[in-house]
Amino acid sequence: MAEQSSVVGKSYEPFEYEVGREKIREYAHAVGEENPVHFDPRAAHDAGFHGVVAPPMFAVVYSSGAIAPAMFDPEVGMNFAMMVHGGQEFAWSDLVYAGDTITTTASVLDISKRDDKTFYVFETVSANQDGREVVRGTWTNIERGG
Amino acid sequence: MEQGEQIPELRVTPDRYLPHRYAGASGDFNPIHIDGEFAQQVGLPSTILHGLYTMALVARANTAAAGGDPRSLRRLAVQFRGMGLPEKEIVVRGTVRAAGEGGTLVDTEAEQEGNRIVRNAEAELAI
Repeated sequence: MAEQSSVVGKSYEPFEYEVGREKIREYAHAVGEENPVHFDPRAAHDAGFHGVVAPPMFAVVYSSGAIAPAMFDPEVGMNFAMMVHGGQEFAWSDLVYAGDTITTTASVLDISKRDDKTFYVFETVSANQDGREVVRGTWTNIERGG
Repeated sequence: MEQGEQIPELRVTPDRYLPHRYAGASGDFNPIHIDGEFAQQVGLPSTILHGLYTMALVARANTAAAGGDPRSLRRLAVQFRGMGLPEKEIVVRGTVRAAGEGGTLVDTEAEQEGNRIVRNAEAELAI
């Protein structure tokens, strides 16, 4: 813990993800999204969007490449055998469309101990190719014991 | 929507292979989600659902309650407790905690056979 606290504030290499229309369709199908703006370009245009729209929770797809190196960072030192995903928050701004390039930067927001649990909190900030923020994620992992 | 109002319930029964499809869609191939033998070796009853899949159901229920426009979900915060299992019905329920000019706050949870697998979820809707 003593050495872990010094890692708070550390940020990682930005991760770039190009959003594919069929990847949005695959994701929308997996989570049961029924709104055609997530898979039908015509429906998306008719609804006033300039392309197929990613569902809000598609954020996990383009963020995962940024959050993984933070979570697996030996300096952070999470024990995955004792870890659960305790909480998640996303705050959305601009929509994400098929064809966008999303750049996500992860950082260590906080590490704290309560009772026999250690809370590891990470933040991701994602922006599109125009530099506009699309989502901010807060990822809380809880390690039991230790 | 008014304070105290319930949002329409969302009921989903993920099939046996849902965790495989979600793994492919999300890129999370943790074996506890896709390998029943591995899951049992680490003390789980079977493969378990991805927490972020269940969160996506909570997002769907709130977006639908706001009329379906994907822009209407401004923020969603959840806590994962317990574990979701395939082949059992999930029910997402929500109650409007506050509604005003700044938007609508909905307290939401996802429950499966009496087990609250997502609790204390808070959705902020732009309606």
